[in-house]
Amino acid sequence: MAIAIALVIIVVASVLFHFVSPWWATPLASNWKQMDDTLTITLVITGVFFVIINLFVAYIVWRYRHREGARAHYQPENSKLELWLIGGTTLGVIALLAPGLFVYAEYVRPPGDAMVLEVVGQQWQWGFRFPGQGGQLGTSDARFVTAANPLGVNPDDPRGQDDIIIAGNEVHLPLNRPVKVLLRSKDVLHDFYVPPFRARMNMVPGMVTSFWFTPTKAGTYEILCAQLCGVGHYNMRGKVVVEDAAAFDAWLRRQPTFALTMLKTPAPPATAGVSGAPAGADTLVEQGRALAQSKGCVGCHSIDGTVGVGPSWKGLYGSTGTFADGSSAKVDDAYLKTEITDPQARLVKGFGPLMPKMPLSEEEVSALVAYIRANGAGGAATQVGAASGAAAK
Amino acid sequence: MNANLVYRASGDSERRSGPGPGDVGRQHARRAAASIGLWVFMGVVSSLFGLFIAAYAMRMDSPDWHAVSLPWQVWMSTALLAAGSAVMLVAARAARDGRFTMAHRALRFGGLAAAAFVASQLWAWQALLAIHVMPANNPAGSFFYLLTAMHGLHVLGGLVGWAVAMHAARGSARATLRIVLCARYWHFLLAVWLVLLAALNWLTPELVRFICGRG
Amino acid sequence: MAYTDDAAHHGPTSFFTRYIWSQDHKVIAVQYTLVAIFVGLVGVVLSNLMRLQLGFPGHFTFIDANRYYQFVTMHGMIMVIYLLTALFLGGFGNYLIPLMVGARDMVFPYLNMLSFWVYFLSVLVLLSSFFVPGGPTGAGWTLYPPQAILRGTPGYEWGIILMLVSLLIFIVAATMGGLNYVTTVLQARTEGMTLMRMPLAVWGIFMATILALLAFPALFVSGLMMLLDRTLGTSFFMPAIVSLGQQLNYKGGSPLLFQHLFWFFGHPEVYIVALPAFGIVSDLISVHSRKSIFGYRTMVWAILAIGVLSVVVWAHHMFVSGMNPYFGFFFATTTLIIAIPTAIKVYNWVITLWRGDIHFSVPMLFAIAFVSTFVIGGLTGLFLGNVSVDIPLSNTYFVVAHFHMVMGVSPILVVFGGIYHWYPKVTGRMLNDTLGHIHFWVTFVGTYAIFFPMHYLGILGMPRRYYAYDNYAFIPESAHLMNAYISVAAFIVAAAQLLFIFNLAWSVRHGRLAGSNPWRAASLEWQTPQTPPVHGNWGPEQPVVHRWAYAYSVPGASEDFIAQNAPPDAGGAEPEPHASRGAVA
Repeated sequence: MAIAIALVIIVVASVLFHFVSPWWATPLASNWKQMDDTLTITLVITGVFFVIINLFVAYIVWRYRHREGARAHYQPENSKLELWLIGGTTLGVIALLAPGLFVYAEYVRPPGDAMVLEVVGQQWQWGFRFPGQGGQLGTSDARFVTAANPLGVNPDDPRGQDDIIIAGNEVHLPLNRPVKVLLRSKDVLHDFYVPPFRARMNMVPGMVTSFWFTPTKAGTYEILCAQLCGVGHYNMRGKVVVEDAAAFDAWLRRQPTFALTMLKTPAPPATAGVSGAPAGADTLVEQGRALAQSKGCVGCHSIDGTVGVGPSWKGLYGSTGTFADGSSAKVDDAYLKTEITDPQARLVKGFGPLMPKMPLSEEEVSALVAYIRANGAGGAATQVGAASGAAAK
Repeated sequence: MNANLVYRASGDSERRSGPGPGDVGRQHARRAAASIGLWVFMGVVSSLFGLFIAAYAMRMDSPDWHAVSLPWQVWMSTALLAAGSAVMLVAARAARDGRFTMAHRALRFGGLAAAAFVASQLWAWQALLAIHVMPANNPAGSFFYLLTAMHGLHVLGGLVGWAVAMHAARGSARATLRIVLCARYWHFLLAVWLVLLAALNWLTPELVRFICGRG
Repeated sequence: MAYTDDAAHHGPTSFFTRYIWSQDHKVIAVQYTLVAIFVGLVGVVLSNLMRLQLGFPGHFTFIDANRYYQFVTMHGMIMVIYLLTALFLGGFGNYLIPLMVGARDMVFPYLNMLSFWVYFLSVLVLLSSFFVPGGPTGAGWTLYPPQAILRGTPGYEWGIILMLVSLLIFIVAATMGGLNYVTTVLQARTEGMTLMRMPLAVWGIFMATILALLAFPALFVSGLMMLLDRTLGTSFFMPAIVSLGQQLNYKGGSPLLFQHLFWFFGHPEVYIVALPAFGIVSDLISVHSRKSIFGYRTMVWAILAIGVLSVVVWAHHMFVSGMNPYFGFFFATTTLIIAIPTAIKVYNWVITLWRGDIHFSVPMLFAIAFVSTFVIGGLTGLFLGNVSVDIPLSNTYFVVAHFHMVMGVSPILVVFGGIYHWYPKVTGRMLNDTLGHIHFWVTFVGTYAIFFPMHYLGILGMPRRYYAYDNYAFIPESAHLMNAYISVAAFIVAAAQLLFIFNLAWSVRHGRLAGSNPWRAASLEWQTPQTPPVHGNWGPEQPVVHRWAYAYSVPGASEDFIAQNAPPDAGGAEPEPHASRGAVA
């Protein structure tokens, strides 16, 4: 008896939950309305099945509960009934599958006039590249990756010289233009997932994958990595800004080409949000900032105070650091130098032994130290960009 | 098998159906069970090697692939394995015909052939290492070592079964069963080896692309 | 008819040969079950630790990101492989198969004993990864390369190596066991027990074992190759990589190759868990509603069809993996096709209940709960199998909710139902009924409360395997609150399992005496001369079977069940088309 009531309550509660709950797909911001429609069809068909079967079972277990003197009916088979059920189910399955496959057929065929955006993933940040005037992306490979060339573009490929490099975590796209997104990874699997766009795909090192979509709503959208990529997976943030064509063109013009980034060594990649040309390239702090990007430091160390895989650099300089063995030391140049060049020597309390030993020159280490100092305690945030991607709390 | 032991163990000594037709039936069933068990195991091993070969084919389709020419010892291995199989065929026939001395002798040579096969495999490895084809620095090399190692391990497993067969009382039904099963397993390992050899020698990236429809 | 024949198979006499190095399938079954339950409890604790972090992020500082991913990985691997697979095949399979087919034991008892101890070894190796430098692997139970063996993922030093070695050992154990289960079903059935007279529990476990034997090699291949990538520096799966600023020595390998191999194992694996559950629940429903299972033949064909089809659906786990996009059409189609035999089974369970004589025993409650939770779990599979609907949902909490419903909730409900049902046969005593009811209600309602809302968090777009969700604008505060409620539900459900454990232990001594056939069931395992059955199961003569296992409420019969080995004139023959063509064993 109780079980029958429970099943009815479950059905009622589930249906209520569905209509009352605030959690549903984010508002669509791309052309893939058909995916939402197919989801709705599936929901309706499966929902009907769910309600009917559960209510039917509830009825049966109430109606045919054991009573003294009653005996079960004997009907071990009924081929006709089974054939009807198989037939009906098959129709239901076809009704679900057919629209899904139609939508998929469109998904696998990007329009010929789609613009190209390349997204490059690494632990734990994003990088982007647009083809330049020439309309073609240069080839790329992991072995070309250097501090100045974080996306690994082939420096000898003429087609790559005019590619536009965005090494920060924010990319812009024009409204209502179909875009074919090419996806690459420098290290492990990632997934470029922006829920309002619906479309997405894994990024696989060693190959180029792709998907396409058309942004249909202006706005700023969060990028989430959706394929487990190590301990910083949950914090691999980025932003896609969709704006009208004019604004997009203006933004694009401000970004450096690959050739430009290779000229200044180490050239600071344009940080999102900084208006105007990149700041003076020769200061030690700027060098440090660039290195923090290209060497992947920002994947673990934020500059806005958010504690990630590693301690935040905001206010780090001048503070007192504690180690796992209980000892402590003031965070000064010498401290930072040791931590950077030999991270496993002393484990900072509360953090795992994850930091790799990076091959860095003396000059590079000094640059990084200078950059960290620039984010020091009480120091005004000169850094405007959202390089680490984390929104300020 | 003394049925009495089972009855006593179950604490019920009421009725017993001693030796007789039932006993032969039980032996039949035991043979059938072991035989079926071996067929099932061969199915599992076939699945294993089929998947290894599928992995081999898929990995081949990569720009860094360059084939490794097989060292000549591999052909000697093949000959040894074939010889072992032939000898085991003799052993199985002899055992079934009741010629137990011959069966046992052939069984011994079958085991020796398998052991020699393993030795020749190690020699082949040595030859490859000498020309700097290491497990790690060349994907075709990696697969060669991996596939031959897996096959070799299954041969070693077979040798364990062979050792048990060698120890069975000569002429007993149990011994016959074990020799027959060993022989079957030897033939199986030869078949697997031939397939591996064909894959290592004649499967090329071009052929793979053709099969996968991207030629 | 065959009994096992090892020279060592005299009746066991010492404590060690009776309970430790036993070759008796019933003892081995209990050994498997106890180890699986123990390791399952470890898995439950790990899941609660995960929920502490997800429900109350930042409150428990000892759960940092590294530890969180280690918990996630070990929880998943333990539950899927070391609990569910071992319990259904090694636990239920070992206990039920010989008894249900009328055999004296498995055909290879020595191998059977070895299979348990090798399983035990694999568990020790797995658990040892908690105690090595760097701790266990945090690569996710799917262990995808390249990240699984690289710095940046916890446990890349030793944890991943131990995990892979443990899996390889487990596969050896599973093969040894599997050889037994398959050969015993094919070879050792007693006189009159044709294949089409076997209970569905046996069919389910039999098909699952065949799948296991053929699919686990794929895990072996992929696991071994990854182990070599990690230890020898081969590049089976590892392309050129710049990892955390350093160029690595790998090149040319394919991460997708791993995924194909893994899921070629992984999808059949879920049916290795589900098919025994299907078979067992058919028997539970039939016995406790005093009604023959509806459409037995169709049920058998559905089990076989599901088993065969399960081998051609694997890449529905890879729709957004970057594989050749045209594969999506094929795998979406096969996946939705496999829904058909699965739905048939659901209909047949429901029709079995129709016009039955339903007793609300604890096993029946669990069986009914299975039907309800499996329905929702299976239906959400239709979302994910339909490729274009899967694209926005992949790797979100929708997937987590789906697989927990179909793997974690419904089969576990069957495990509980099965244990409550067969415990009297194993021990001669009933499990305590009151505790059983409490355990049932908390578990059923609780797991529903945990996993139903989770689907919606997935549709919202919350990705899975996230340590924290701070500062994502699209996630409302209410979702964080929902996570907290889910966590509380999880703690309550976990606590309820302690009642079950207590019940298991307490009832061995204090449970109500059960007699030989407390549920008045027709299948052969309930007809043993002694309860618990002694070594050799049947006494001097093996039973002779004259009918199928579902002769319940046969019109004209004096009792509402007729045992399989009752004399032929007692009636209750199976329906005509599958009546045996001569009683050949």
